[in-house]
Amino acid sequence: MKRRDLLKAGIAGILVARQAPVFAQANTVHILRWNDFVPAADKVLREVYAPEVQKALGLKLNVETINANDLPARATAAIQSGSGPDIILLLNNYPHLYASAGVDVSALAEEVSKSQGGIYAPAVRLNKVGGKWVSMPWSLVPALIAYRKSWFDEVGAKSFPKTWQEYHTIGKKLKAAKRPIGQTLGNTFGDAPTFTYPLLWSFGGQEVNAKGKVALNSKETLESVKFMVQFWKDACDEGGLAWDDSNNNRSFLSGDISATLNGASIYVAALNGADKFKTEKGAPLHTDILHAPLPAGKNGSHNYHTAHNHMVMKYSKNQKGAIEFLRWAHKPVNLEKWLVVQKGYAVGTAKSWEKHKMWAESGPVMAPFKVAAAGQSRLMGHAGEPNAKAAEAWNKFIVTVMYAQACSGKMTPEESVKWAAGELGKIYT
Amino acid sequence: MGGRRAGQDLHLSAEQARVSRLTRLLESEKALAAALLAPGVAILVLFIAYPFVMALWYSLTSIRVGEPGEFVGLANFTKALNDLIFQQAFKNTVFYTFWATVFKLALGMWLALLLNRHFRFKRIVRASMLLPFIIPTVLSAFAWRWMFDPTFSVMNWALYHGGVITDRLPFLSSGDWAMWCAVLVNTWRGMPFFAITLLAGLQTISPDLHEAAALDGANAWHRFWHVTWPLLLPVTLVVVVFSVIQTFSDFQLIYVLTGGGPANSTHLIATYAYQIGVGSGLLGEGAALSLFMFPVLFAVVWVQLRYLKRMENG
Repeated sequence: MKRRDLLKAGIAGILVARQAPVFAQANTVHILRWNDFVPAADKVLREVYAPEVQKALGLKLNVETINANDLPARATAAIQSGSGPDIILLLNNYPHLYASAGVDVSALAEEVSKSQGGIYAPAVRLNKVGGKWVSMPWSLVPALIAYRKSWFDEVGAKSFPKTWQEYHTIGKKLKAAKRPIGQTLGNTFGDAPTFTYPLLWSFGGQEVNAKGKVALNSKETLESVKFMVQFWKDACDEGGLAWDDSNNNRSFLSGDISATLNGASIYVAALNGADKFKTEKGAPLHTDILHAPLPAGKNGSHNYHTAHNHMVMKYSKNQKGAIEFLRWAHKPVNLEKWLVVQKGYAVGTAKSWEKHKMWAESGPVMAPFKVAAAGQSRLMGHAGEPNAKAAEAWNKFIVTVMYAQACSGKMTPEESVKWAAGELGKIYT
Repeated sequence: MGGRRAGQDLHLSAEQARVSRLTRLLESEKALAAALLAPGVAILVLFIAYPFVMALWYSLTSIRVGEPGEFVGLANFTKALNDLIFQQAFKNTVFYTFWATVFKLALGMWLALLLNRHFRFKRIVRASMLLPFIIPTVLSAFAWRWMFDPTFSVMNWALYHGGVITDRLPFLSSGDWAMWCAVLVNTWRGMPFFAITLLAGLQTISPDLHEAAALDGANAWHRFWHVTWPLLLPVTLVVVVFSVIQTFSDFQLIYVLTGGGPANSTHLIATYAYQIGVGSGLLGEGAALSLFMFPVLFAVVWVQLRYLKRMENG
């Protein structure tokens, strides 16, 4: 057979079948996600999931990963141009921002919720818009404080401080010993807002009231900002104003800071690199790390854990394949492979994952991560809904900048609170 | 004879007639010019005019990502004018453009004058000078970000261990410092463009003019001010126009270096428009923000080109 004959036969076949040959059909699922802070998890997607999905569903899984800060831009570009990845990872309440572009995945969500002990309430609120699941919650990355046990011991903290005032006192001593607390107040997606929003809530501040009216300019908010200014000066590494989400990981691992709000990625990196990361006494660094929730203010202790959600895009030509892939990935036997390598950095969004045997193996150091998701009660836009307006405020870093401006001395606490309330007012009109 | 030619014409095939018409068309200067210009015009329309018109339209609507929105008139522009972050971004953009252009011009001129002299390895030095301009901005901005890193800055390390400082310098963690750092990086990156263009201008100035001035007793400064500078002014103005346009609409450098922080201290119009339009999906508002660059740049270019034209005429 000549090459020309082969081509003719192929084209004739396509014409008869009235569809493209199998290899050219839309049997590829392109998923866009962040560069995971636990690189082994991305490896599972590429090296375990991809071949298994090919075998089980006949789907070619194309995994693309980018910087988390760039995900919204990619989503916007894809939606506007009507082409791009079939599934996009959306953090936090971004599903509300892109709700009209998501395929209804209610059937899958209800199925997973029913079979896996129920999806945590915050994850439901973040993914359900107008009574419909516009995206599928995949995981939560709990934000807890990683701290150096021995260094806290040395300044008299036998257990982690329970209140902000105690944390301030201990932090002051740590900074005096050139072991400051590390916290970003930069324009960055994760560690900054997961600190500033709970700080605001724990002092009783809120962005809006239950009716959705801006309520930020309050005595409680001002108290929290004033506290932060002093805490920043006395206890924190002031370089944190320029940090992104990775700076605190590096600073902690290099022994430059004593504590920082983070996912478990610092601990996981120290564990995986036990030979590389050591304490000043030569012990593996991971043996000196513990985790704790954020301290309490007069309104209790609050934490916000970053939600990771998968949206199947309406423009996708392979919506069915994309949903089938998610259904396959959410099966406990498959999800487990990804969650186990996370070692607790990311946790499942369904309650049954708290009972997984991995928690028994990871021991007390990871115990706070096991129960973190169940303890989360507040979301951005509190005391209103985590809707598109709340997403806009989050994305403009208004609450974080409110603290940053006061801490940097650019504005007084009063001016900064007034500024932030004004900016929120323009969103919530 | 005429009858014979008419007969031949009748026998021309349809194909030949088409070729002949095409040849005649191309022989017409107007048609040829139009044909040659067409691809360029098509590219301009497709990649410049169409996006610009779309941005104009978007800026007058409430379009959000995935939702078409409706006509809102100038509401997006009004909102932007009342937006304190935008006001700050606008001031930052003017500050950043002004100082970066001043430094690029001064240092670029100085470098061009140095490179215009004869010295060993002149060609290697001239070529290597272009390196900052050749390296992609994103890569060089990342390198600078590491050098300014709040904890691991190599400059802080060197100054600290050299006994010059006792506390780390807040390169990117103080608003003022961060803005000056951004100006420094922009200057570092853009200076070679000034230097190489001004060098090309310098080489067109006849050495006889300098010799004549020297014979008349002019010193180096007088020769520069009364001979070099006036002759170099047209080139300088063109370079400044290009630089102002590029710097005023800069995005990559700030996006990578500071992300607009700390506390929005280094946001430029472009980075803020991106954050609102692309990051938050508010396409209408983002388009309105970015269009604020247009009248400013148009005015700068118009004034400078007018000045240039007057100089040429005068």
